[in-house]
Amino acid sequence: MDSVANIILYFVVAICMTVFSVMAVTSRRILRAATYLLFVLISTSVIYFQLGYEFLGAVQIAVYAGGIMVLFVFAILLTRRPGDMSAPLESHRRALGISISVAGCVLLLLALFYMPLLNGVSLIEAIDSGNRITMHDIGVAFTGTSRFQYLLPFEAVSVLLLACIIGGVVVARKR
Amino acid sequence: MDLSMLWYLVPSVIMFAAGVYGFVTRKNMIALLISLELMLNSADLNFVVFNRYLFPGSMEGMVFTLFAIAIAAAETAIAIAIIVNIYRAVGNTDINSVKKMKY
Repeated sequence: MDSVANIILYFVVAICMTVFSVMAVTSRRILRAATYLLFVLISTSVIYFQLGYEFLGAVQIAVYAGGIMVLFVFAILLTRRPGDMSAPLESHRRALGISISVAGCVLLLLALFYMPLLNGVSLIEAIDSGNRITMHDIGVAFTGTSRFQYLLPFEAVSVLLLACIIGGVVVARKR
Repeated sequence: MDLSMLWYLVPSVIMFAAGVYGFVTRKNMIALLISLELMLNSADLNFVVFNRYLFPGSMEGMVFTLFAIAIAAAETAIAIAIIVNIYRAVGNTDINSVKKMKY
């Protein structure tokens, strides 16, 4: 049995997430779509906090809601005038998109509801049964080389980010 | 009432479907990128939920999500650099107006 506060928080966040993700792809003003995407990302980080992954929620806010959203807003303001609306969709394109996404959604939901192992554990049991993940565990997992430790991917990601900085400057500079 | 795993997977499915819809229908490249971020985000959420409910003692799903977030940041930065460059060359960011990438 989960606490009432957890259930209320879940409903608020889940409704925010679904509504804003649909609005982000249907809004015709691109800056508003980016703002709705920001709300979706923040709701996701709230779910990470609720599931007990505090570090991951903080990273989600810092990297996604902070960094990537700033990039999006700058790109939108560089490439469009504020207040520009995109052209309305052609009907066959919209029909194609709706049919593909509804079919995929129904298929996945059917698969989820027929999956036997998904309904056993409540949130409180799931959080209490494992050890809480501390910052020390995360640091050890990212800087070790034995089993279930990830020093090599960590370094690879740092090289990737460096390459990405250089690549971004090279691609976007004025010739 | 229990918050079981299914409760967290349903919004994730809806988010993914919204991302697919946007990716198929939108024509602006930045809107495509926004749809892509939605799909990536729902995949990340699935990793975390499966890790929490099925393997609560380990943290592999969380580590995967951290790497996915880092790679998504890199990918977005490069994609936005390319979009700004295309805007400079073509004059808008519509996918139909990009016939050739070299000018």
